[in-house]
Amino acid sequence: MTTKVDQSSGLAAAAEARIDDLQRRYPTKAATLLHVLWEIQWQDGWISEDRMRYAAKRCGVPISKVLGVVSFYTMYRTKPVGRHHVQVCRNICCHIMGAAPLIEHIKAKIGVGEHEVSADGKWSFEEVECMAGCAWAPMMAINEAYHENLTPEKADRILGELV
Amino acid sequence: MTKVLTGNWGKKDSHLLATYEAGGGYSALKKVMGGLSPAQVIDEVKASGVRGRGGAGFPAGMKWSFVPQNTGKPIYLCINADESEPGTCKDRQILEFDPHMLIEGAIICAYAIRAKIAFFYIRGEFDLPYRRMVKAVEEAFAAGYLGKNILGSGFDLDFLIHKGAGAYICGEETGLISSVEGGRGEPKVKPPFPAVKGAFGCPTIINNVETLATVPWIINNGGAAYKQFGTEKSPGTKLISVSGRVKRPGNYEVPLGYPLQKLLLEDCGGMQDGYELKAIIPGGSSVPVMPAEKALTVNLDYESVAAAGSLLGSGGMIIIDHTQKMPELLEILAHFYSHESCGQCTPCREGTGWAHRVLKKICHGEGTKADLDLLLSIAGQMSGATICFLADSLVMPIRSFLTHFRAEFEALIKAEVPA
Ligand SMILES: Cc1cc2nc3c(=O)[nH]c(=O)nc-3n(C[C@H](O)[C@H](O)[C@H](O)COP(=O)(O)O)c2cc1C
Ligand code: SF4
Ligand code: FES
Ligand code: FES
Repeated sequence: MTTKVDQSSGLAAAAEARIDDLQRRYPTKAATLLHVLWEIQWQDGWISEDRMRYAAKRCGVPISKVLGVVSFYTMYRTKPVGRHHVQVCRNICCHIMGAAPLIEHIKAKIGVGEHEVSADGKWSFEEVECMAGCAWAPMMAINEAYHENLTPEKADRILGELV
Repeated sequence: MTKVLTGNWGKKDSHLLATYEAGGGYSALKKVMGGLSPAQVIDEVKASGVRGRGGAGFPAGMKWSFVPQNTGKPIYLCINADESEPGTCKDRQILEFDPHMLIEGAIICAYAIRAKIAFFYIRGEFDLPYRRMVKAVEEAFAAGYLGKNILGSGFDLDFLIHKGAGAYICGEETGLISSVEGGRGEPKVKPPFPAVKGAFGCPTIINNVETLATVPWIINNGGAAYKQFGTEKSPGTKLISVSGRVKRPGNYEVPLGYPLQKLLLEDCGGMQDGYELKAIIPGGSSVPVMPAEKALTVNLDYESVAAAGSLLGSGGMIIIDHTQKMPELLEILAHFYSHESCGQCTPCREGTGWAHRVLKKICHGEGTKADLDLLLSIAGQMSGATICFLADSLVMPIRSFLTHFRAEFEALIKAEVPA
């Protein structure tokens, strides 16, 4: 996910076209900032300072505004994560269903701790707050995909299948 | 039992337009565009008595009638699919299984308030619900249900999917507006209320996914028919998300006023073997916890739960079993609220963090007896002193946990006092 690209210029044509379309439809260009940041992260895997400057220009807002937005939302990343970014819910319903031992189990299995990336770039790990999977707890997301009703064995199987 | 919201959930490909239309979908929109005035739509929704399902329970039809039509400014609708209140996982299944029901309800609401854009605010983590909505919105545009001159009525509506990026506070309606405007999701002082001055300074209605998804049924069957379900003051049906050590956790659509005991013992099959019921948080993590004996006496409507000292809230029902340590659960909640505080108000920013540190100390066996009073005093300083209700969302758990389970907190303290 950390392919080298020229970050000072625009995004891929399809992404630019989607942004153009939204900027025609939103009441203000500034309101599309979250979209532009998502497009950047979808393409690069994270959001560099060059890209933030690009987002500022694209939305007609000062760079300070972009920095403020990127730091406010937990899902925008200012550093690359692993190929498989493992996010396990730590909140109340998952805790009731065994999240605490599950978190220790998963961290040991992939060999990375909170906010760490493995040396080979394969794994990264993060404890997260409730992801609205409460009735199917405990749960985790790997990149975008939800995995619910976890047991340590089921988590092992899911992680084991990833290359 | 009549299903207002979940009737299509078992069907194959229930999320596709063809399935929705085959089951009578978009007939309510056709009825509206075929000759109901915006005022008639609002009257029908008022007659149904449906109350907001996002947590606060404000009557939807009444809220829509607050939109001023004479400002010359555009009007906006925001659909709240931020669903981040721990214990709540219902809106997500509406989006997964029946996205068109929500879209149809949203179009009818937009027509009633004369909105020109509907912003669909979806939490950034949602993947399947997001993809299903993207597809459903494309289908609705292609079928002429969205866009210019909808069904030949002359009414135009654009529909924009606004993807959040991880922040609980964006579920709060004015935080949501800040996020739709492209900024940090910081709540704004009310008044002015969004219905008068909301997104981009224009009149804006914010409704929860579940609220809007009931609208097609109400238009098709009439407000009076909807009122047949539920109680006098809490009409209709509600989705309840049940989590914890019950045999069959999940989402249940029940008429309001449904006995909690029946939901737990019959629908959910009771507790898992080896687990006993200890307490219930009935309406999402923000509402007061109820000890088992009390919880089993309530009916699931706004008034009954409030009379028993808690709130129906979002309907996120968290079942707490006898193996759970209450101080630990409260520490998790304090961690959550302090993590999610947007930081604008000192009592919230400092209070949630301070309460969390005190609870961590207590959980690690390093608390003193004075810490329990300190927690209550922090709660007292946070309550009612802030821009939004996030601070009070931790005050209610602190007070109720300490009222009903104080002995468990004291035991942690006593156990660690050196002889
Ligand atoms: C801290 C906080 C978080 C909230 N989160 C949500 C949410 O995730 N989803 C939601 O629909 N309402 C949420 N609400 C309630 C909204 O502010 C608002 O009342 C609701 O979306 C209005 O829609 P309704 O009248 O249809 O319920 C939250 C409120 C607060 C104070
Ligand atoms: S109460 Fe807390 S979350 Fe709400 S506006 Fe104030 S600081 Fe932000
Ligand atoms: S508490 Fe883990 S998904 Fe809700
Ligand atoms: S930060 Fe809350 S227990 Fe570790």
